Amino acid sequence: MEQLFTDYTLRTVALGAALLGAVSGALGTFAVLRRQSLLGDAISHAALPGIGLAFLVTGSKLPLVLMVGAALAGWLATALVIVITGASRVKYDSALGLVLSVFFGAGLVILTAIQKMPNAQQAGLEAFLFGQAAALVERDLATMSALGGVALLVAALLWKEFKVLAFDEDFGRSLGLPMRPLDFILTTLLVIAIVTGLQTVGVVLMSAMIVAPAAAARQWTNRLGRMVLIAMGFGIISGVAGAVISTSTARLPTGPTIVLCISGVVVVSILFAPGRGLIVRAIRHQLRSTRFQREAILMDLYQLALQHHRRDHPHAEAALQAMQPGGGKLRSQLKTLAAQGLVRQAGKQQWALTSKGIAACAQLHRDRS
Amino acid sequence: MLAAIEVRDLTVAYRDRPVLWDVDLSVPNGVLMAIVGPNGAGKTTLIKAILNLVTPSAGHVHIFGKPYASIKSIVGYVPQRGSVDWDFPANVLDVVLMGLYGRLGWIRRPGRTERAQAMEALEMAGIRHLAHRQISQLSGGQQQRVFLARALVQDATVYLMDEPFQGVDATTERAIIALLRDLRLGGKTVVAVHHDLQTVPDYFDEVLLLNVRRIACGPVPAVFTQENLGLTYGGRVAFLER
Amino acid sequence: MTSFQLEIQLVAVIVAGACALPGCFLVLRNMAMMSDAISHAILPGLVLAFFVTESLSSPLLLAGGAAVGVGTVALVELLRRTHLVREDAAIGLAFPAFFSVGVILIARYAGDVHLDTDAVLLGELALVPFDRWIAFGYDLGPQALYSMSMVGVLSALFVFLFYKELKLATFDAALAATLGFMPMLMHYALMALVSVTAVAAFDAVGSILVVALMVGPPAAAHLLTDRLDRMILIAIVLGIASAVSGYWFAHALDVSIAGSMAVAVGVAFLVAFLFAPARGLVAAHRRRAHQRWQFALKMLTIHLAQHEHRPDAFEECHVDHLQDHLRWDSGFAGEVVRQARQAGLVNLESSQLVLTAAGRHLAREAIVRD
Repeated sequence: MEQLFTDYTLRTVALGAALLGAVSGALGTFAVLRRQSLLGDAISHAALPGIGLAFLVTGSKLPLVLMVGAALAGWLATALVIVITGASRVKYDSALGLVLSVFFGAGLVILTAIQKMPNAQQAGLEAFLFGQAAALVERDLATMSALGGVALLVAALLWKEFKVLAFDEDFGRSLGLPMRPLDFILTTLLVIAIVTGLQTVGVVLMSAMIVAPAAAARQWTNRLGRMVLIAMGFGIISGVAGAVISTSTARLPTGPTIVLCISGVVVVSILFAPGRGLIVRAIRHQLRSTRFQREAILMDLYQLALQHHRRDHPHAEAALQAMQPGGGKLRSQLKTLAAQGLVRQAGKQQWALTSKGIAACAQLHRDRS
Repeated sequence: MLAAIEVRDLTVAYRDRPVLWDVDLSVPNGVLMAIVGPNGAGKTTLIKAILNLVTPSAGHVHIFGKPYASIKSIVGYVPQRGSVDWDFPANVLDVVLMGLYGRLGWIRRPGRTERAQAMEALEMAGIRHLAHRQISQLSGGQQQRVFLARALVQDATVYLMDEPFQGVDATTERAIIALLRDLRLGGKTVVAVHHDLQTVPDYFDEVLLLNVRRIACGPVPAVFTQENLGLTYGGRVAFLER
Repeated sequence: MTSFQLEIQLVAVIVAGACALPGCFLVLRNMAMMSDAISHAILPGLVLAFFVTESLSSPLLLAGGAAVGVGTVALVELLRRTHLVREDAAIGLAFPAFFSVGVILIARYAGDVHLDTDAVLLGELALVPFDRWIAFGYDLGPQALYSMSMVGVLSALFVFLFYKELKLATFDAALAATLGFMPMLMHYALMALVSVTAVAAFDAVGSILVVALMVGPPAAAHLLTDRLDRMILIAIVLGIASAVSGYWFAHALDVSIAGSMAVAVGVAFLVAFLFAPARGLVAAHRRRAHQRWQFALKMLTIHLAQHEHRPDAFEECHVDHLQDHLRWDSGFAGEVVRQARQAGLVNLESSQLVLTAAGRHLAREAIVRD
């Protein structure tokens, strides 16, 4: 842990990954809520030819140059998806798949062309495939934080406009808000978020950083503001964890490691998040059905007692079992009821209502009718 | 007197297909008006065209004699309940506050004053107690009331509502119609897309019978006749059948 | 052309055909992105099967990859059913995780053997002829040729045998269910087919080209025809054409073959998108321009007919006021009036537009029913 603050490489890596997590968590939240989860995949794949072309045209490997190239290509891909779906019968998913694969193919063509160039210092561009956190230097960090910072700042300033854009675009327009320019800006911010993370995670897996933190965060809260903050937190934690683990371990590519970390967070969230988590839901469901079953047993006893002159007359367990053919845990349910003071055991396999139990049954009876 | 909404020669086409054809409409100030017509008659499109959410191929819309763009703040919009994702991470108060976003201006966030206004609108819609409820946990009727409250908080003069009674329970329906009458008492104008023909005479003062073209429009007793309804629902318009 | 070049193209052609078949159904069922998800997610299945068999041509690889592919589809379905995430997010969550496991397995344990991460994504068609099938001392050609042909035949057989079931499940799943055709079974069978195809093709062309070939040619074919059988044929032809032209492009420039083929797919789609006879951008633009005039003429006659003999007629039918009432700019309005007069629909009488009998007839036809 101490190394994080002393070791230069480790510090750079951790900072870069934290930046990536924060920016992609925040903008990914909007993307997921606007059903653009897979657009992130298309944008990040489409960034590859942009990176190659930027290098080819300028001959520079300055992070800013490469990122601008990536952003322009990613943005062009988004525009193409909109044009194709708007002007033809081609559906959104097909347009995404097409643009994603064709752009990536073009990227491969350009990268292989660069490799064949004499004295091209092409090494480094390959890192964009799966990310290479260890290769991050301070110059990269400066560019990433400038771009990411601007994206976060704009998102904070246009917060309420983006909120209404994500929830109810037509209503926003009826208020007189310029929804189309806002849509343009938010999409541009998403492109920036993706580009910021490319060096760390790579084009192939960057989409996971857009979707996963937001999908995990959604399980923990019902408010947009908190969702953004939690997504940023998850993004930062898994980004740093993944980057540090992969940097300090030989032959462990950065992108996949980070993706596995955030995927773990998603699994935990979906299973254990209070309120929405599957396990919590299952437990709640189980508790409710056990309670219903207990109430049913109590009411059965009540029905039997009603046929008798004495309400607290004991009845055979077998009779109850016959009335609850599905109720397997009759004995343990009766014991719970006895512990609650609602029934008492009156002899071997004989059960009777207590006076408290009779009152409870009468109340239940009133509630149900 | 200046009409609340004045629509002249309005034609809207999606791609090459006309959805609304040469519609004229004049909504007097302070009335409740129903828009009635079969599916695909262009009811929602008319509402959206008045709100400038779709661009007409011809014609124009004036609200109190002015084009929409210049007086947006006096128009409140209640979209169809099904048009949004109710699993969006927001509570009822968040959604109602959105009604004030237009007035707030850039960058400013809603504060205490706005929250008080939103609570007041929730009170009017009868769901003040749900202010902090997550919107996915609402019933259909409650969702509709949230949208109504969001429009109420705008304190508009003209309200355009798309199917405000769609899928709500009887209690909510009575509450909503009481609310609409309150609005009329306060001198507001409400235009609502409506599906239940039976309740039109009870709920509304005026009615527009629409089937791509305007079939008839005016006070309910005069316009809401068997003959006009037959014309509205009887068949499709000739030029669409090519 | 050397025999190597021939073999490479032959393999590419078969891959293109084998991808287009299930691809058509993916595109029509709005599940194109499943090709992306599956072609990435199969990786760990492949790697594990490879560790067991130490061979890239074992049928166990097909089985392993297909199992993981179908497993991914089931996982996406499971996630969606929880209602905790939406389907697009579920896809976006599942396949990067699987793919990451595969990449890490390769990086950690496969060392420098034939499997490496670049090959997974990019494929290396140029290496196809070096992995040959030699039986009893005879050279029977590249192994990929056989594995791909097998998968291609499997796809063709599946589509041929279950054509009407697939068609029904694609266009009306509810009806298919009531008729007892089990659309869910068709769905998973199709997904298994996509997985098997992706596994067989990945070594040769890489996962990204699988996506391009499964989505691009069918999407382009869908712009060219409305009939399913023709769409499948056109998709296969387009896929093959893209594969061959992509190969020669790569050959000429000495760049990635798979990448060039993907670009060729893009070009093929672009051509269809722009120039398809009925649905292309150019045709649609032309049609719209024509209809715009027809529409405008009709609107003019209706407008005049509705205000004829009414008190506001002088105002509404004045030639200079059209732009206000019909929202036309003056140039357009002038041209519409010119065309209307030329067609004998209106006359101009002292700045007033007056309908002719023909104009009134057109307006009535447009408005009046029965």
